[in-house]
Amino acid sequence: MALTVVVLARSRNLFAVVVLMGIYSFLMATALVALDAVDVAMTEASVGAGISTVLLLGALHLCKSEEMKPVRKPWFPLAMSASTVGMLVFGTLGLPAFSDPTAPIHTHVVPRYLNDVMRETGVPNVVTAVLASYRGYDTLGETTVVFTAGVGVIALLRRRRNTKQEKVK
Amino acid sequence: MSIGSHFSYAITVFLMVAGLFIVIARGNLIKKLVGLGIFQTSVYLLYIAPGKLIGGTAPILDDRFTIYSNPLPHVLILTAIVVGVATLALGLALVVRIREAYGTIEEDDILARDADDRRDDGQSG
Amino acid sequence: MRHDLVLRVTAKLLIPFILLFALYVQFHGDFGPGGGFQAGVIIAAAIIFHALIYGVEAARKAMPDSLVEIMLAGGVLIYAGVGLVGLVLGGNYLDYFVLDDDPVQGQHRGIFWVEVGVAVTVSGVMLKIFYMFASRGRDPE
Repeated sequence: MALTVVVLARSRNLFAVVVLMGIYSFLMATALVALDAVDVAMTEASVGAGISTVLLLGALHLCKSEEMKPVRKPWFPLAMSASTVGMLVFGTLGLPAFSDPTAPIHTHVVPRYLNDVMRETGVPNVVTAVLASYRGYDTLGETTVVFTAGVGVIALLRRRRNTKQEKVK
Repeated sequence: MSIGSHFSYAITVFLMVAGLFIVIARGNLIKKLVGLGIFQTSVYLLYIAPGKLIGGTAPILDDRFTIYSNPLPHVLILTAIVVGVATLALGLALVVRIREAYGTIEEDDILARDADDRRDDGQSG
Repeated sequence: MRHDLVLRVTAKLLIPFILLFALYVQFHGDFGPGGGFQAGVIIAAAIIFHALIYGVEAARKAMPDSLVEIMLAGGVLIYAGVGLVGLVLGGNYLDYFVLDDDPVQGQHRGIFWVEVGVAVTVSGVMLKIFYMFASRGRDPE
């Protein structure tokens, strides 16, 4: 995945960038399966590698540009990235180790979910039960967000008239 | 606390900073959106990696297993992925409109065009 | 793409199975990975596939704009409606326990309808965005 990202950052052909993003999404989905996150992996594979790639290709076709201009030497962004790496690594040193059963993430409310989900909801897939039942309000908000994004795109791209002659000098 | 125990955080930090670098250092708007997407996926890793227990399995209850991965981050990240694609769609719609208005999607050209417009407005106004 | 025989035949064979898989993911989300979001995205992907091979106009005839817009809003309304039904039957908003005499059955019903609402909205939005992008470049001609 790291290799994909490095090649993506350096590439100038935008079509290659979109394809590399699709490859990266698939690799991320595989990594998520390795981390036992099957629901998330399915969503990432379908949404990230499917819909994202379609939308990016559609936008690329509409923008009709394939190549970027050559870049200046990015010293300042590199310096800022290096300092961010330093700060983030310093921050993660205090986080719990990988696969530590006594980490706080495993101790507060999750044992209650895992123990009670069959008794209260009868649904074996804990992720679906938490998403739709225990945390149903959040899912309502998320559905509204998706709806709002659709309405926003309609509002932005609605006028089918060709506006190019009006705005470009 | 060895290197091995914090390996997942190293990957997360690398991806996060790579995404951030693409957003700041590249001028093309579509590439910036792709960099933002990479940043978002690194955050997914940040949440899900601590939830995994070695020897556990996916959080679908079954009589054959007793240890499960933590389902709470999965729920949060599921929401995050869908919201991420919604913002990507809105961002791309904005880029398409910018392209139609300015004729270009390179950040430098757009800023130069705005500066010219402001100068022209200042002279004529 | 319209004239490429292999693509057309493969698409005709694959699209019903993709839609069937989407329905499987939706309804089997209680027992395996899956649920509303994944199913909605897969449905939208199947119809986008159809549009890629046969043209956006053919997809528009199968799923007209008005139907997609109704799906967009209808999913959110279904979700909110389940909440209101909970209110009407005596519990709190989005309370599933009161939907049936047996609380566990009530949970099953609530989760089922909520996931249906989510899948409808997600597939409607993805499809609508694709239609907007595809038709934007077509009109200047």
